[in-house]
Amino acid sequence: MQKRGFKLYWKLFTATFLLSAFTFGGGYVIVPLMKGRFVDDLHWLEEQEMLDLTAIAQSAPGPIAVNASILVGWRVAGPLGSAVAILGTVLPPLIILSVLSLFYAAFRSNRVVAALLKGMQAGVAAVIASVVCDMAGNILKEKKLLPDLIMAAAFLATWFFGVNVAWIILVCALTGIIYTFRHNRRGGEEAQT
Amino acid sequence: MIYLQLFWSFFQIGLFSFGGGYAALPLIQQQVVGIHSWLTMSELTDLVTISQMTPGPIAINAATFVGTQIGGLPGAVVATLGCVLPSCVIVSLLAFLYYRYRSLTAIQGALYGLRPAVVALIASAGLSILLTALWGEGGFALAMPDVAAAVLFLGGFFVLRKWRRTDPILVMLGCGVLGAAVYLLIPGLM
Repeated sequence: MQKRGFKLYWKLFTATFLLSAFTFGGGYVIVPLMKGRFVDDLHWLEEQEMLDLTAIAQSAPGPIAVNASILVGWRVAGPLGSAVAILGTVLPPLIILSVLSLFYAAFRSNRVVAALLKGMQAGVAAVIASVVCDMAGNILKEKKLLPDLIMAAAFLATWFFGVNVAWIILVCALTGIIYTFRHNRRGGEEAQT
Repeated sequence: MIYLQLFWSFFQIGLFSFGGGYAALPLIQQQVVGIHSWLTMSELTDLVTISQMTPGPIAINAATFVGTQIGGLPGAVVATLGCVLPSCVIVSLLAFLYYRYRSLTAIQGALYGLRPAVVALIASAGLSILLTALWGEGGFALAMPDVAAAVLFLGGFFVLRKWRRTDPILVMLGCGVLGAAVYLLIPGLM
C-alpha cells in the first residue's frame, strides 16, 4: 500500500470531497463514480474489491455514499483514512445546506419562491410515487408470498397504526433472518412459504 | 439539551435507514415532523426538493438543514455527527466480519426482510407528502383538494412513467415553474 503521509490523506480528502460535491441525488449514483476514481484512476483498489465494498456499504444502515467512503478510506489509510474520507464526503452537503438553511426563511416568504416551491411539492410527490411504483413492482414481480406480506404489513403498521419505524425495521429484519436460516437449513428445497 | 436531542434523533435515522436513496425519508419524517415538530410537513417537502437538487445524501442534508434551523452551525455539526456515527460502527463491524468469514448470510437474510418493508415505509412517507401537497398542512380532509397541485402531480407522474429516463429534477422544476405560473396568476388558489 501507499506511504501514509500527509499527501495521501490530502489526496483521499480531495477525491472524496469532489465526488460528494458533484454527485446529485445521492445513493447509488456515487458508487460507479467512486469506482472510476479509486479503481481506474488512482489504482487504490481492485475492481472485485470495490464490488465487495459496495455490497457491504449497501448492507449497512446509513447513507451509501458515507458507508462506501468509510470502507475506501480504511482500505487506503486505516482508521484515520476513514475519518478523512467521511469528512470529505460530509463537508460539501454540510456547507451547501447550511448556507441554504440560513436563507431559507427569507427565501420562503418571497411570493414567487413560495409559489415555485408549492408547485415543486406536487412534483416531489410524483417523483416519490414513481420510485415506489418501481420498487414495489420489483418486489411483486418475484411472486413470493413473504416479501408481499411484509410489504403490506409494514404499510398497514406505519400508515394506519402509526407504529414506530424502528420497530418495523427490526421486526422485518428479524423475520428475514429467521426465514433465510430456516430456508438454508432445508438445503434449498422448495421451502418458500 | 437541544444538541443531545438532535444528536439522538439523527443517530436513530442513521441507524435504521437501510437501502439508500429515499430509505431515510420515513425516519426523518417520524423524528423531525412527528416526534419533535422541528419542521412542518411542507418544510420537510421543501427539504426533500432541495436535497434532490443539491449534492449529498438526503439524511446528511436533513441533518444539516434541521440542525441549522434548530441549533445553528453547532446544531448542524452535531446532527451530522449523529447521523454518521452508526454507519462508522456498523460498517467497520461488517467489513471485519466480511474479511474474516467472506459470508454475510445473516445480513443477506435481514435485507431479504427489509427490502419490502423499506418500500412500504417510503410509500407511506410519499403519501404524507402528496396529501400535504393536495390539502395543505393538515393532510387529508373532506374538502376540495388543490386542483392545480393534483393536476401537476398526475402530469408529473404520467411523464415519469411514460418516459422512464426522464430526470426527476426536470420533472420537479417543470412542476415548480408551471405551478408558480398558475398560483401567481390566480392568487385565490394558494
